[in-house]
Parts: sequence; C-alpha cells; structure tokens
Amino acid sequence: MNEMVKPKDYKTDIKPIWCPGCGDFATLSALTKTLAYLGLPKHEVAVVSGIGCSSRLPAYIDSYGFHGVHGRALAVAAGLKAARPDLTVIAAGGDGDGYSIGGNHFLHACRRNMDLTYIVMDNHVYGMTKGQPSPTTEPDWVSKLTPHGSGLRPFQPLAIALSSGAGFIARGFAGDPLTLTRLIVDGINHRGFSFIEVLSPCPTFRPEQKQWKQLARPWQQEATSDPIEAAMRIHSDDGMSTGLIYQNNLPPWQPGTMPARDLASIEQEFLV
Amino acid sequence: MNNSVSIAVTGSGGSGAVTTGLILLQAMAKAGYYGYMSRTAGPQIRGGESAVMMRFSNRPVHCGDDRFDVLLAMDWHKLERFADEIPLDGNSLIFGDSAAGDIPEILTASGAAFTALDLQQTARSIEGGRANMLGLGSLARLLGLSGDTMRQALQATLGKKGEHIIAASMACIEQGMGFDIGDHGQLQLPSSAAQDSHWNISGNEACGLGALRGGVRFVAAYPITPASDILEWLAPRLEKLGGVLLQAEDELASVNMITGASFGGVPSLTATSGPGLSLMMEGLGLAVASETPIVAIDVMRGGPSTGIPTKSEQSDLNLALYGFHGDAPHLVVAPLDISDCVFATHWAVCLAEQLQTVALVLSDQSLGQTRAVMDKPPHAELPCQRRIAHVQDIDVSQAFQRYQLTGDGVSPMSIPGTPAGMYTADGLEHTERGTPSSMASDHDAQMRKRRDKLTAYNYGSTWARIDGNGPVAIISWGSTSAVCREAAERLASMGIPARVISLRLLLPLNHRGINEVLQGCSSVVVIEQNQAGQLYHYLHAEQVLPPHARSYAKPGPLTIRPGEVVTLISGVINDE
Repeated sequence: MNEMVKPKDYKTDIKPIWCPGCGDFATLSALTKTLAYLGLPKHEVAVVSGIGCSSRLPAYIDSYGFHGVHGRALAVAAGLKAARPDLTVIAAGGDGDGYSIGGNHFLHACRRNMDLTYIVMDNHVYGMTKGQPSPTTEPDWVSKLTPHGSGLRPFQPLAIALSSGAGFIARGFAGDPLTLTRLIVDGINHRGFSFIEVLSPCPTFRPEQKQWKQLARPWQQEATSDPIEAAMRIHSDDGMSTGLIYQNNLPPWQPGTMPARDLASIEQEFLV
Repeated sequence: MNNSVSIAVTGSGGSGAVTTGLILLQAMAKAGYYGYMSRTAGPQIRGGESAVMMRFSNRPVHCGDDRFDVLLAMDWHKLERFADEIPLDGNSLIFGDSAAGDIPEILTASGAAFTALDLQQTARSIEGGRANMLGLGSLARLLGLSGDTMRQALQATLGKKGEHIIAASMACIEQGMGFDIGDHGQLQLPSSAAQDSHWNISGNEACGLGALRGGVRFVAAYPITPASDILEWLAPRLEKLGGVLLQAEDELASVNMITGASFGGVPSLTATSGPGLSLMMEGLGLAVASETPIVAIDVMRGGPSTGIPTKSEQSDLNLALYGFHGDAPHLVVAPLDISDCVFATHWAVCLAEQLQTVALVLSDQSLGQTRAVMDKPPHAELPCQRRIAHVQDIDVSQAFQRYQLTGDGVSPMSIPGTPAGMYTADGLEHTERGTPSSMASDHDAQMRKRRDKLTAYNYGSTWARIDGNGPVAIISWGSTSAVCREAAERLASMGIPARVISLRLLLPLNHRGINEVLQGCSSVVVIEQNQAGQLYHYLHAEQVLPPHARSYAKPGPLTIRPGEVVTLISGVINDE
C-alpha cells in the first residue's frame, strides 16, 4: 500500500444511488483500494461507463470519468485510450450494458486487446429499469416482462471473452473484496485488455443471490495461459468459481509508427 | 460557361475506362486546364462496367455540363446503364471500337456522329498494347494535347507500374493520336499556359485535408460507400502526423470512440454515409449533452435504407437537422463544391472545438467521389482553440465545475491529466459540476447554455456564399449550389440577373442574413437534390421564405444540371 494515499482519497463526496446491500459497493471499494495501492495520480485515471445501476460508478471515483450512453462504455474507453495512451483507462458497467446492448463492443474490445481494464458488475438482472432478465439471467426466472421466463440460455461472459481474444480473464465476487481488489490490481497491471466479471448481487430484484456467499469459491487451479485448458475449465464450471482463470501476454494494440511528416509536405501530394 | 468540353469514357470491367479518365485529367491539368471528373460504376465489386464523366475548361469547373461532346466507349457492354448519365445529342461524337459489334440503338437515337476506331485490333499489334490507351490517344488529339504532355501524365499516373508499362502505353497513345477522327477543332479549348500549381484532388480527400487543417488527430469510423475514401486517405497521413485512425466495429462504436478521444483532448472526427449517420444519432446526442466537441462527415448517397450507395442525393438534411432525440443544439455545415470541402470541414472542426458541440458536415457522393483540377484551396485562418481549463485556472477549493454557466455558454474544459480538473462528463442532465440532476432548474440552465452558446456565436460572413444580385433568388446548398451558380452565370448572359444564396451553415440558421439577402427579390426558388424539398420546408418552418417561394426538389441519382436550372428560372420569370 502506498503510504501517501488512502482509498478514501479516491472517493468523491457524491452518495451512491445504490440500494443498501448492493454488490456494486464492493467494486467501488475495491477500485479505490486498487488506485491507492497502485498510487495512481487521480488525474491520470479515467473511469468510463455506460448506463445502468453499476454504470453510475465514475461519479463516485475522484478521477476523470465519462458516464456515456447505454452499452458504449468500451467504445468511449477505446477512443480515449487510443488518443491518450498515457492514461489508465478503466471501463465499468453491468451485464445488460456490457453483454446485451454493448455485446458487439465487448467482442471487439477483446479482439482489439487495448491496454484497458473492463469490470462488469453482473447481477443477472436489469436493476435500473426495475427487474427484467439480462443476458446472464437464468432461463426460468420469471419477471413482469417475461411471465414464463426468458427461455434463453445464459450468456457465457468468460467463454466469450476467451474466444474473442482477451488476454486476462477473471471472475470476482462482491462478497470477497480482497480477492476482487487483487484481481483489479492485476488487471490494471496486465498489458492488454483485462476482463473482470464480478458477481455483484442485487438484493432488491434478486434477493435469492444471498446464496452466492455459500456458492462462490476459488478456482481449483492456478490460472492458465493455455486457451484450450481455460475453455475446458470455464465450460465445466457452474459460474461461481472466482479468481484469475486465464492470462496470456498477447501483444496489445499499439498505434502505427510510420515516419513523421508535416502537413505541408502532405499537401504537396495534390500538386498537378 | 461554354468554354468547356465534356468527355465520357465507358467500358466493361478491365477495359480501363477509369484509368483512361485519370490519365486524361492529369494530362489536361499538366496542359494548364481546370478539370472535373465524376465516376459511376455498376454494382459488381470487380469486373463491372464503369464510366468516367469529365469536363475541362480554362476556367474553374465545379459541376458537370448539360451534355457530352464526346463519348469514348471501349465496348457496348451494359451501356444502357449509363445512358441517362451521359446525355448526347446531334453535336456529340461517339468513338467506339470497330471490333465491338453494332452500336446500340439507344446511342444512335441521340443523333450523335459515330466513328469506329480499330482499338482492339491495333492494340494486339503493339507489345503490351491496350485498347483504352489507343482511345486515349484519339482523345488527346481531339483536345490538342501533345505527346510530351501525355508522357508526363502517364508518368504521374502509372509511373509506379514500371517503365515497360509507360513505354507500351505511350506507343498506344501515339498510334491513337494518328487515327483519322476527322476535324473537330471546335472542341479544342483556348490554349492555356502550362502550369503546375493546380491541385488534383477529390472531394473526399478534400474533406480529409480540411480535417487535418482543423487539427483533427483522431478518427474512428466504419467503412461505408461513398465515405470510405476519406478514411483510406486519412489512415496513413494521420499516422504520419502522430494521430490515430481506428476502424470501429460499427458506427455506434465510431461515434463513441471519437467522443472518448475528444474527451481526452484530441480533436476527433468520423466519416460515414446516411445509414451510418442514422446509427450514430444517440452517440451524437451524448456529445451534445456532455459538450464534447466532435465532427461527423456524412457523404450522402441515395436513400432511404441501403438506397443507392454509389450515387448521390441530398436527402439526409432532415436527419442532420432533426434526427436527435430531445432538444439537442448542434451545427450543420455543407461544403459548396469540391474545393470548399477543405474549408467547410476545417471550419466545422474549428466550430465544434470552439463551441464544444457536434458539427455535422453534409457532403455527398457527387462531391466526394469526383476529382477536380483546381486552384490550391487557400489556407483559412480560423479561430480553432478549445477553451481549456489549465491547472493554474482551477479553483481547488471546490470540485471542478465542468459545466459552469458562463456569459457565452462555453465552459472551460479540463483535459485528463490536468491535476485538480477531475470531473465526470455526463449524458444525463447535470449540475454545473456534472453530477446527474433531474431538477427543473438544472435542466433549464443547462439547456439554455447549450442553445445560447451556438446562437450567440458570430459565424462571420462564411455562413453562405452570395453570388450575383438580381431580382430572382436561388437558394441552394451543397453540391447543387455549384450547379445553381453556373446556371446564374448563364442566366446573367441571357439578361436574367439572379442571385444565388449557397448555404454553408444550415444550423443554426442565419435568419437575419437570409432576410437581408432576399430583400428586393421578386422570386425565390429553393433548389435541392431530394424528393421531399427538405431545405424548402426547413426554411419555410424557420419563416425566412416569402409565401410565394417555390421549391424545385428532385431526388438523385441524376444530378441536377445547369441547363435544367436555367430552364426552370426562365419559366419562373415568364410566369410573372
């Protein structure tokens, strides 16, 4: 832990809108602990989000932040990082934001492998719109919108990240803040796209997620760098194993490096 | 402007029609003439028929003429596809290959004189010979171009392909120059001093250059016809200037990527066409609400839906003006000709940066994919500075007030990396600090701020280009305005003085400026390339048109021709 800065130094005075007992408080706390641990200057960090309960996070962190539109956090983050590689850029949001409306950006962010950290607070439900199934919701979960359940097989975030080319894949749990902090620290330190899915219970619309405390447990093995091994572990898991599952130092995105020219010489090209 | 000559070249895939056009354009440029070359193609990705349509003059050329003097057809394959776009008449000449079979009836019906040339057959007798180069030789003779000029143009156009290609092509051109094509001295333009200060540039390249002149150093975009050329031109050049171009996964990503980059302090732009602009609307609204400066160029094509991707229309005006949800004040700028693509884009970037908002640039396919030989576009000196909060300006006793209410509505923006400037940009309605708020007072204050900063700004005299000063007023915008300006010149020579108001700034509309310029006009006609009369209805809704103003609105893809406008305005005069 850096002597000079404390986690609370990274908190703003804005009170979260989250319900009591919301899992998202754990990610907020883990993130401020991470920033303090890494001693990152606040003005060199940007937290980018979309729309949803968890996407409110940037306003609660005393860094630069961008609270954009639903589903596009990764696009804003990619543009910011490409334009300003000197910044530490963290994208954050929920399962609806990241896996449904923003699903395409998730695939391509994994492929592009920019040096970004993406934290998804997954509660298997749309909270802000008051309780509809998200891509990770169980098919038989009944809501006003889906009286018979969605009938759809849940989205597999870790498997999709793996097959799309992410080089750092982890699952955290709001009920285990220490591990979550470590994962975010490692994710930020990882060179390339790091994906951290966080089991983040919703006490309001999914009170049964209290059971996650009993179900969540560490992966049985150390993280692997073999994508085939990682795929086998992910597909044979019930979605409750936590920790880093896969890390592979794939080359991160880099800007091109053609020799410099000035605009006047470029304009010469048009001369007849 | 009658001192011009118009030439079309058509051919099936691989016949080299486009190459022929590019070399001829370059040769005429080397000989000191101005030129204009639009192109059109069938739907095939490769091997499809294509056509180039050129016009040359010793005066600047900003649009096509009403008819063509010459058609060089490499073959008759699917020629009917281009017949509408290449009007011929009894004074036109058609050069075709004697080996290509009978000339189609659609061409003979025009009354044009047909000359058969031994293109294929002669090409076979020359090592590496190509029929199109023989045809090019005949055109060179017709236009009075020297062998030396042709060699220079070949070198500039095909030089990278190696000396043997140049030699074979030159041998063909010389043979073609020897063909008996009759005497058509009337097609030769007054001689022009050879000079090399002219530019050969397409509208899409000109938009790219305007972006660079405005300081754009980040571009994210998704490929789309007819805008992709902007991106392909920019990709290596941005990199050489230390900037970045990202190919996005879709237009939703592109607009949000440039918003992220601009939030990071780098002037940013995307380019697309109608379908892409439709997809971007939500993101553009985010940039308006979060006051993040960005620019989106829409190279308009035939719509709706996928429409006609390869051909031009001015039918995205309504989308650009009204496509946003909520009240979202922003800027809409339209280049008035190919040269103006440089200025209009440059200006749009500067306005977006200065006013911290969205600027849309409405170009179209007929500007974007047309090449012109023109005078070098002057370098405009424009105020182009984003109002930045530097660390020494920031009051550290409170959280940074990113959306502070200021006299002119523009608030200093801190750029990530600036100590004490931390804030969260937000698309939710917010307080001066940026904290989400649904309170009426915050909404009212921030809405006024975003509106007033645009309406209070002094856009200077470049909001429109005004030509002529007659009792008939023609109001137009974009590529069509160039056609109207040429029509007005012709009308003036017929004793019908007309004034042309070419609107460059479509939003916010300069009501007072339009009212002033319409003073004393007995007739007002609004001319545009779309079905619905989008500009006409917009101007009426904004109450800047007199009740008797007329609309002439025609959808693409056939561009409005100067003679059409002359006939229209003459009719308007006769009606009165």
